[in-house]
Amino acid sequence: MTQILNENQSETIDTSETPLLQIRNLEVGFRTQRGLVPAVRGVDLTLYAGQSLAIVGESGSGKTTTAQAIIDLLPGTGSVTGGEILFEGRDLTKLPAKEIQDVRGRLIGYVPQDPMSNLNPVWNIGFQVEEAIKANGIAQGKEARLRAIQVLQEAGLSDASERLKQYPHQFSGGMRQRVLIGIGLSARPKLLIADEPTSALDVTVQRQILDHLGTLTRDYGTSVLFITHDLGLAAERAEQLVVMYRGKIVESGSSQEILANPQHPYTQRLVSAAPSLASRRIQSAKHADAAAPAIFSGDSLDATLIARAAEREQAAPDKPLISVQNVSKTYRIRQQGFKYNELKAVNGVSFGVQRGTTTAIVGESGSGKSTVAKLILQLESITSGKIEFDGQDVAALKGADLLKFRRRVQPVFQDPYGSLDPQYSVGNTIAEPLLAHKVGTAKERQARVLELLDQVSLPASTRYRYPSELSGGQRQRIAVARALALKPDVLVLDEAVSALDVLVQGQILNLLTELQTELGLTYLFITHDLAVVRLIADNVCVMKKGEIIEAATTDEVFDNPRETYTQDLLAAIPGGNFVFGR
Amino acid sequence: MLWYTGRRILQMIPVFFGATFLIYFMVFSLPGDPILALYGDRPPAPGVIEQVRAQYNLDKPFIVQYLLYIGGLFQGDFGTTYSGRPVSDVMAQAFPITLRLATLALFFEAVFGIIVGLVAGLRKGKLFDASALVVSLLLISVPTFVIGFVLQYVFGIQLGWARTTVSSAAPYSELVLPAIVLASVSFAYIVRLTRASVADNLNADFVRTATAKGLSRRRVVSVHVLRNSLVPVVTFLGVDLGALMVGAIVTEGIFNINGVGGTVYRAVILGEGPTVVSFVAIMVIIFVVANLLVDLLYALLDPRIRYAK
Repeated sequence: MTQILNENQSETIDTSETPLLQIRNLEVGFRTQRGLVPAVRGVDLTLYAGQSLAIVGESGSGKTTTAQAIIDLLPGTGSVTGGEILFEGRDLTKLPAKEIQDVRGRLIGYVPQDPMSNLNPVWNIGFQVEEAIKANGIAQGKEARLRAIQVLQEAGLSDASERLKQYPHQFSGGMRQRVLIGIGLSARPKLLIADEPTSALDVTVQRQILDHLGTLTRDYGTSVLFITHDLGLAAERAEQLVVMYRGKIVESGSSQEILANPQHPYTQRLVSAAPSLASRRIQSAKHADAAAPAIFSGDSLDATLIARAAEREQAAPDKPLISVQNVSKTYRIRQQGFKYNELKAVNGVSFGVQRGTTTAIVGESGSGKSTVAKLILQLESITSGKIEFDGQDVAALKGADLLKFRRRVQPVFQDPYGSLDPQYSVGNTIAEPLLAHKVGTAKERQARVLELLDQVSLPASTRYRYPSELSGGQRQRIAVARALALKPDVLVLDEAVSALDVLVQGQILNLLTELQTELGLTYLFITHDLAVVRLIADNVCVMKKGEIIEAATTDEVFDNPRETYTQDLLAAIPGGNFVFGR
Repeated sequence: MLWYTGRRILQMIPVFFGATFLIYFMVFSLPGDPILALYGDRPPAPGVIEQVRAQYNLDKPFIVQYLLYIGGLFQGDFGTTYSGRPVSDVMAQAFPITLRLATLALFFEAVFGIIVGLVAGLRKGKLFDASALVVSLLLISVPTFVIGFVLQYVFGIQLGWARTTVSSAAPYSELVLPAIVLASVSFAYIVRLTRASVADNLNADFVRTATAKGLSRRRVVSVHVLRNSLVPVVTFLGVDLGALMVGAIVTEGIFNINGVGGTVYRAVILGEGPTVVSFVAIMVIIFVVANLLVDLLYALLDPRIRYAK
C-alpha cells in the first residue's frame, strides 16, 4: 500500500526530498487493568511539504490517536509503544517534554474537533489567541494584540478587533471553529493537524470553513493532516487518503483512486455506505429502470431501500395522519429588567404527513426544525395554528387522551449516549414506557422486551446489559426499541442517526425502513443531513429561519431544487461531486 | 449585575424577618420559666417576679413581644440580657473574636486546601494523592474536639509553641491553633473538591488545545486548569463561612474563647430571647452576604454566568 502512495507522489513531487512527516511502524497502547490495549498497530504514513493527507476511519479506528501521538497529546494512560514519528528528520517520540513543547504550535498546529469544548469558557477570545502567539515567540505585548486581530481576520472573523474581549459562549459554533483555526495557524506552522475540524457544524458552515482553511494553508504552503470519518469530505479536501480500521492502515493512496476503485473490503463497505453515493443510485435506478437491475441484485442496503421507496410510491394518498396547519411558536426572551424580546422559532408552518410514509424536515441548526418536532410531540405548547393527529386537535388533549396520544406518537432523539439512563439495564429501559402506561403484567412486559430486541436485531442477552457497555449503534437500536414498545403509529426521529458512523448509520436506516414496512409506521424525520434524507424520506420540507421554504417529494427536491437555499444545501454535501466506485 | 445585586439585597429582608421570627418563637416555646430559673431554689417576693417579667415584656403575648423587640431593633436597641447588660455590648465583644477566628480558619482552609488539592489532582494516583486522600478522610471522620484536644496537647503542652487557652483579647497570634482546628474538616473537603475538579479539568478538551498551542505545562495548569477548577471550591467556601461560625462553638469551648458560640449557648440555656435572636440574626445576615459575595465572585470566575436578568 505504501507503494501506491509513493507511485502517486512520484508524479508530482521529487521523492528524494525528505518528507515533512514520516511515521514508521507506529504503535500506541492504552494501559488498562486488563493490560496494555493496543489502539494503533503499526501505522506508516508519509506526508511531504505542501501536501494534504486525510486519515479516514470510523470511531475507534485509531485515527485520532495517531494524530495525537504526533504532538504527544495522548490522553490519560496512552503512550507510544513502538515505531517512530519523524518530523523534518527528528524523531518526535524521543524528544524531551521541553522540546516537544517548542514543536507544538510553532511547527505543528492543531485544530481540534469540537468547537464547543475546545476554547476555555472563562477567558476571552483575544486572550486565548494572544496566548498562542506569545508562547510561540511570534510577538509580544501590543504587537501580539495586533497580530491576534490579524490572525482572526485571516481565519474569517472580519470584526475581530471589536470581538477580542468577548467570551467563547458569545460566539456561534462556526465562529469558534474559525477562532480555533486561527489559533492553529497563528504561528504559521509547517504542518496543521485538523482533527474532524467541522463534524460538529452545519453543512453550509462546514463548506465555508473548509474552503477557507484550504485557501489559508495553500497560501502559506502548510501541509495538512485531516482526520475525518467522512469519506466524501476527505476526498474533496485531501490529495492523499489513508483508510484506518482497528488501529491499522488498510488502504492508502490518492483520494480519487481509492474512491473510484477501493481495494480492501472495509474500504469497499465504507464507499458503498456513503449516503451521498447511495442517494445518487436511487435516483439513477428510478430513471433508468431497465439498465440498472444488476446493481441491486444483491441484498444490499440500497437495494432494499430502493424497493421500499418504490412500494411506498404506489400507496395511494388519503387523509393525512398528521396535519400541521399554519403553526407558529414564539418564545419570549427576557432582556435586561422587565423587557421581553420575541423570538419566532416557528412561523406559519403547514404540512401533512400521510400514514405509512416518511416526511423529512431539513434545515440548519436554528432553523426551527426541532421545535416543530417538539410541537408535534406536545412537549411545547403551540402559540398559534393547529396540529391535528388522526383528526384530533393535539393541543386540546388533556389527561387520559393526552396519554393515549403519547402512546401513539413516540420520539427517538439524537444522542444515543444522553437519551438512555446509564443506571437502567437495557431490559428496564425498554420496558419503562410499558410500565409508565401500565401495560400488561411483568411477565408480558418481559416477553415484549424480547420481541422488541428481536425486532431491532439485538440478541436477547442484551437486556441484562447497561448502556455504557454498548456501542453508539446498539444504543440507538435500543432507543428505537423503546420508542416501539407501545406499538405507536408515528415515530418522531430527531437527528436520530446524525451522531453515528456511516456504516452504523446505514444499518439503522435499513432497520427503520424494514420496521416501517413491517409495522406500517409513519416517520417524521428531523435532520440536517440531506444525504440521509435521500435514502429514507418520501417527502421533504426544507426549513429556514422558522419557515418552510420548500416542500415537495424527495425526488423533486433533489432533482429540481427551486430555492437557492436548497441548492446551497445540496451543493454543500461533502463528496457530492465525486464519482464513487464500488 | 447591579440589578441582580439590588434584587438579592432586597431578598434579604424577608429572610431576616423570617429567621428572627422563627428563632424568637423557638426561644419563646422553650419549656421552663427563665425568670424563676434566675432565682434558683429560693423564690423571691411575688411582686418582684411580676416586675421583672414586665421589664422584659415577658408578661405580654408572644407576637407583642416579638414586635416590641423588632421595634427596638430599628431604634438600635437590641434588648438587654437578664443580667442587665445591653445585648449590643455583648455582641460587640463576642463577634469580633469569632469573626477573627472564622476568617483565619477560612484563610487556612482555602490556601492549604487548594494547594494540596491541586497537587493531588495533578498527580492523581501517585503517592502524594493517596496520602492526601487518607489524611482528608481521617480529618473528616475524627470529631473536631478530638483533633482539638490532640493539637492542644501536642503544641500547647508538649512542645509549648502555643497557648492552650486564648486570652480575653484574643489577638490573631493566639487564634492560630484554634483556627487550624476549626479549619481541619473543611480543609479536608476542599482538598477533595479541588482534587476532583482539577483532575476533571485536566482531561477537558480546552486544556488539550492549550497544550497544543505550545504553552508550558506550568502555564496550562495555572491559567487553564486552576481558574476553571475554583468555581465549585468558591461555592463551598461561601457556605462554609456560616458553618465555621456555628462550628466555632466546639472549638471555642476547647480553647476557652469568649466568642459567639459560648455566648449563644449560655443565652439559649437561660432562655434569653433577645440575646439569642440578635446573635442569630447577625449570623443570618453574615451568611446571606457571604453567599451573595460568592455568587458575584462566580460571575468573575466564569463569564458564562451573568446576572443581568
